[in-house]
Amino acid sequence: MIFTVIVLALIAIVGVPAGLTLYLFFVEKGISKLSPKYRKKMRPWLWLAPALIILTVFLLYPVINTIVLSLMNEDSTEFVGLKNYIGIFTESDMLIVLRNNALWLVFFTLVTVTFGLLIAVLTDRVKYEAVAKALIFLPMAISFVAAGVIWKFMYEFKPKGTPQIGTINAALTSLFHSFEPQAWLFNPKINNWALIVVGIWMWTGFAMVILSASIKNIPKEIVEAARIDGAPELQIFVRITLPLIKPTIVVVTTTLIINVLKIFDIVYVMTNGILGTEVIANRMYKEMFNFLNFGMAGALAVLLLIAIIPVMLMNIRRFGEGAKRR
Amino acid sequence: MKKLLKSVSVAAAIAMALTVVLFIAPQRDSTLYAAGERVPVGGTVKVLAVWGGQELDVFNEMAKPFEEETGIRVQYEGTRDINAILTTRVQAGNPPDIAVLPGPGKMAEFARAGNLVDLGTVLDMGQIRKDYAKGWLDMGTVDGKLVGVFVKVAIKGLIWYNPKALEQEGIKIPTTSDELKATSERLARRGKTPWSIGLESGAASGWVGTDWLENIFLRMHGPQKYKDWYEGKLAWTSSEVRSAWDTWGQIATNPNMVYGGKQYVLSTNFGQAAAPLFYDTPEAYFHMQASFIQSFILDQFPTLKPGEDFNFFGFPPINPAYANAVEAAGDLVGIFNDTPQARAFIEYLTTPEAQSYWTSGTGALSANRNVSLVFYPDVLSKNAARILQKADMVVFDASDMMPGEMNNAFWSAIMSYVQNPAKLDSILTDLERTRRRAY
Repeated sequence: MIFTVIVLALIAIVGVPAGLTLYLFFVEKGISKLSPKYRKKMRPWLWLAPALIILTVFLLYPVINTIVLSLMNEDSTEFVGLKNYIGIFTESDMLIVLRNNALWLVFFTLVTVTFGLLIAVLTDRVKYEAVAKALIFLPMAISFVAAGVIWKFMYEFKPKGTPQIGTINAALTSLFHSFEPQAWLFNPKINNWALIVVGIWMWTGFAMVILSASIKNIPKEIVEAARIDGAPELQIFVRITLPLIKPTIVVVTTTLIINVLKIFDIVYVMTNGILGTEVIANRMYKEMFNFLNFGMAGALAVLLLIAIIPVMLMNIRRFGEGAKRR
Repeated sequence: MKKLLKSVSVAAAIAMALTVVLFIAPQRDSTLYAAGERVPVGGTVKVLAVWGGQELDVFNEMAKPFEEETGIRVQYEGTRDINAILTTRVQAGNPPDIAVLPGPGKMAEFARAGNLVDLGTVLDMGQIRKDYAKGWLDMGTVDGKLVGVFVKVAIKGLIWYNPKALEQEGIKIPTTSDELKATSERLARRGKTPWSIGLESGAASGWVGTDWLENIFLRMHGPQKYKDWYEGKLAWTSSEVRSAWDTWGQIATNPNMVYGGKQYVLSTNFGQAAAPLFYDTPEAYFHMQASFIQSFILDQFPTLKPGEDFNFFGFPPINPAYANAVEAAGDLVGIFNDTPQARAFIEYLTTPEAQSYWTSGTGALSANRNVSLVFYPDVLSKNAARILQKADMVVFDASDMMPGEMNNAFWSAIMSYVQNPAKLDSILTDLERTRRRAY
């Protein structure tokens, strides 16, 4: 057994690069016989070919296959047209799923960017900047699953009058004696917000680091000139800082949107979608692995893809602009 | 540049050749039969199951004599999400040799898809019929073929109590559901909460509630209606199903009847839900849970003595006609790859010797009637085993028999119901819609 494992590892580590090198060796040998004009035309395609083939097999083919599956019934034996898609937009529990993704999309993104920006601007002015930023950035190093587990402990509920072992209930009950302990994850009025808070806690550091770098890139002369002209700090922020870092804000926002649309781990670990907290990716996983409903799982996957494409195009266009400016 | 490319390529060619040779080279896993012996010698059997911690230790201990005798290596792989893992592996054409099946519903799906081996061709069926009651074998049978066999089981719907606390309150063990109801109400009138319920269980939150409903339903409407229910032939909006919800709701959704109110019920992990019975001043007096909760109680309160400090009685009868009905659940195993090693191992797993490891090591029960009561570690598990060996109506956990989607909807419906009992109508309508789709 261990023998086969070692062999497989060898193939992956040595065999694949070796095969690619061999391939390039023969490509170079082959096209050296062609006329220089053809050689120039062929070379990039031949060098790209392995990557393109892998991309086709592992990305393009699955996407097309998923689209086909999403138009079929549960075990992919019958064509059902748009039935699965119609189901997503009409079934009551699916509508809750869509509502939750919308909640995440709006509030997670908004709050994370706002907090990130706020902290970036404020820490820019203090001596202990590095420490403050490190603390805010720390949660990024934790995996989603671990963060989910940590926050599950933080949200822990014990009945009133017994020792509270959940950090949040413990803090609130000792500060305000009339406070009723809450089962944060099990009260439909607050559970979605409780989950979104975890996401914000994890991603604020990311927004902060990138925005902070961008703020530091603003030429000092501009800011100083404004100060000499007597502009108040708030005006400097609104009229100078914000416009100058706008491209970065857009990049951070789009990145966050792409990430939040795919949100899965936090919900899976903390509630697994009960009591109205399910999100698209979570439902997709259930449809696929628990319900064996390949049609619906495919439809949800395609829906996510369609939702992400415009954001991604925007991101790519931004990158393109950046490259041109350089 | 060219020279470099060339020498790298030569090295690469050698490396490629080497890996190919290594890969094609004969693997040691091939089976060698010793002359004249029936058991295969050597090789490996891959097992995928849900056991961890103490259960895994017991499994390894149990596998050891088998490995020594046959020379077959048992390679164990554990998971807490058996449903997803097993489905993916089977779909990918890379199933384990032997796996614990996520439940009879899922087992039937695998069996009909042709993934499971007919154990009638593997096991000595004469011996199996002697060892297992017919009910157990029926639960592992799909379309007339035995595809799953129980290695260990648990009784569901036992009602646990703290004898000293009951004595203090001057309460006798109730023997009918009416008595149980009267007792609960008496405690509630004294300002005590009679019950403790905890529904949280990660990805499977709500299953404790399904056990409640199943036990109530079984004793109200009997095994035949119970079967109709899990087979999807009975509407969720029917009066039978509704009555079970209402009956449970009188306890679970009444803050005078259950400790901590709905927030506690929803957010407390099932493994900790028995704890209020054993506080210095008990906060609750009854707790409904399967036989396996014993190990959870002993984990949290290691000084308690089974039988003296905690005990159980069977779920009391509601309709006297179904007084002897018992709900059980357990770990069914099946073969996905028909190898001689897998055949030998599953044969071993069904023997009383192998199963007595589970009973003495974990307090689990065995479905094999030839596992002697000697192998049960304490008086409580002996009692549970006795209930099981005597029961003439053993039914399996209904929610586990339902299709995945139905089961999942059932779990989350339990949570929604406790959260807001007034919504029962719309919850049952939603479940009914799921039933029409899922079967």
